[in-house]
Amino acid sequence: MAKLQQAIVLKKCPTGIRGFDEISSGGLPKGRPTLICGSAGCGKTVLAMEFLLRGAIQYKEPGVFVSFEETPKDLTQNFASLGYDLNDLIARKLIAMDHVYIERSEIEETGEYDLEGLFIRLAYAIDSIKAKRIVLDTIESLFSGLTNVGILRAELRRLFHWLKDRGITAVITGESGEKSLTRYSLEEYVADCVILLDFRIREQISTRRLRIIKYRGSSHGADEYPFLIEKTGISILPLTSLLLDHTVSNEHISSGIPRLDNMLAGNGFYRGSTILISGTAGTGKTSFATKFVEAACKRGERCLYLAFEESTNQIIRNMKSIGTDLAPWVKKGRLKFHASRPSLYGLEMHLVTIHKLIVEFKPKIVIVDPVSNLTAVGTPVEVKSVLTRLFDYLKASHVTTLLTDLIHFGSSLERTNEEISSLIDAWILLRDIEINGERNRGLYILKSRGMAHSNQIREVLLSDRGIELVDVYLGPGGVLTGSARATQEAKEKEEARDYQYEVDRRTHEAERKRKVLEAKIEGLRSEFDMESEELHIISADEKKRHKVGIANRSEMARLRKADRSTDSRKKGRKRT
Amino acid sequence: MMKEKTKTGDREYEKALKRSNEEKYILRLYVTGITPRSTKAIVNVKKICEEYLKGRYELEVIDIYQQPKLAKGEQIIAAPTLIKKLPLPLRRLIGDMSDTEKFLVGIDLRPRKS
Repeated sequence: MAKLQQAIVLKKCPTGIRGFDEISSGGLPKGRPTLICGSAGCGKTVLAMEFLLRGAIQYKEPGVFVSFEETPKDLTQNFASLGYDLNDLIARKLIAMDHVYIERSEIEETGEYDLEGLFIRLAYAIDSIKAKRIVLDTIESLFSGLTNVGILRAELRRLFHWLKDRGITAVITGESGEKSLTRYSLEEYVADCVILLDFRIREQISTRRLRIIKYRGSSHGADEYPFLIEKTGISILPLTSLLLDHTVSNEHISSGIPRLDNMLAGNGFYRGSTILISGTAGTGKTSFATKFVEAACKRGERCLYLAFEESTNQIIRNMKSIGTDLAPWVKKGRLKFHASRPSLYGLEMHLVTIHKLIVEFKPKIVIVDPVSNLTAVGTPVEVKSVLTRLFDYLKASHVTTLLTDLIHFGSSLERTNEEISSLIDAWILLRDIEINGERNRGLYILKSRGMAHSNQIREVLLSDRGIELVDVYLGPGGVLTGSARATQEAKEKEEARDYQYEVDRRTHEAERKRKVLEAKIEGLRSEFDMESEELHIISADEKKRHKVGIANRSEMARLRKADRSTDSRKKGRKRT
Repeated sequence: MMKEKTKTGDREYEKALKRSNEEKYILRLYVTGITPRSTKAIVNVKKICEEYLKGRYELEVIDIYQQPKLAKGEQIIAAPTLIKKLPLPLRRLIGDMSDTEKFLVGIDLRPRKS
């Protein structure tokens, strides 16, 4: 079953054009004609040329360039503008060229004819270099040179069949028509793949876009993709969110601020996540970004810093004030700045540039500072769609993205201009806290997907030692920061000290009392001892006396011969 | 209007005729093998040339299947194509040459209708 499917699946002919093979899932239909249409100056010829050049050089598929408009001299210049020497390529049999010249005033039609002459030329050119690809730029010129439209249409149909039979991947260009895609409805013949190029200017900013209108037997991105024509050819932004199926990383990376890592479940951000730091002006967004960059550079990762507000040198200078020196990393090649004015060109052009930088520099970390400045060059809907594509692309390539976002005074803190919150994995909000005539910076984590993050507000202290996060005082009066917090802290300290004194004092007191009591007990005990001893002595005396008394009484009685009982009673009374 | 144009056209034609009477015609007919259209074209060209350019024309019939390189060099698109090399200006006639009137206009033996 799988085998069968594979056999049926359309074969693709890779173009090698940056981004194009991604959006067309592999390139143009192999062995079939493709129509590229668009208005004048939209880049049809360049696209066709690059298809041929890359095919010849990268994929070892020689190609024939048939020009109906430009002379060989012009063509050589065009190829040179892309950095290729056409004559050299022709000499190496990688490219063959034929200029088909049609001048209506020279031609007189005297009866039935066909375009066999053209077929022979094409066949000759194809055979001479064993070409696998061909470009016909633009075959519509036949219509302006020849009048018999009936013959032309029949012959064109035959031409495309002929090319298909020979298994040649053909690119045909055609100028946009008013009602149809091309002026002479070429799309009727080239039914396999149709690509529309567009060149739009809105608010003085121009954007080139590409769209695959039709691709028989293949899935393809249906969006309009912005593209750039540069020195090295066409660069298409393939950013597309066809699927949300990118693999994710469980690796954590430090934010560069230990306390912040702590707040993020102790480990920092997830690699490959999209982080947003938003805040009003002057809350330290850039400082946070640069700390993150510094940490990444120290780990040996490459960072791309896209600055839309400050120049490179200004950022480097300013960040020294918080103890971050970025200059060495720039020198080492780990950090790359790309500073440009947002209004320099259209939003999509920015993103194409960014994409190109990412492809070339292969960073692990991308900083966009600030992303809000990009909105200046597009409508919110546009911005969102484009940013979605960018972030998806970055995520899929496991690039961690940190965005800063300037919130304007008066607007809601938790709503970003771009409404990109759904795209954000970790969102840190920096806000001003104004109390007692002071403005201080507060930080909290609005969200951090997939981790148990702290819900506490921290105060941000920026100093030459870097960024410190300290606890804010939460009292009945609300959140206290800055000097109010410091005062509160001092007061608490004093109170604690007083309390300690009190405790100490009471302990001492108790101890003293215990000692006094113990002493008392000792005294009493010795008193008691003395008394009991005395008692002992007394009783001994008494016994002695008693003995002596009895002896005495007996003696007296004997002497007096007195009555025993009276005498003894008297004596007893006396004694007591 | 029409009359005037025809008049000037006639004058020019007469000049051209005078000139062409003196000049030699060099014609090349490019055909594709022996297709019916090719043979028809060869027959037609020969017939017209014998009739109008007797004795002062040179006709070469070339099969571009045999010499494909020439097709590029001579900018041949359609077949059959007759190229009037001389006298100048260069003219290309395409088709099976069955329209004698157009043929004569094409090789400047008849004035162009504007």
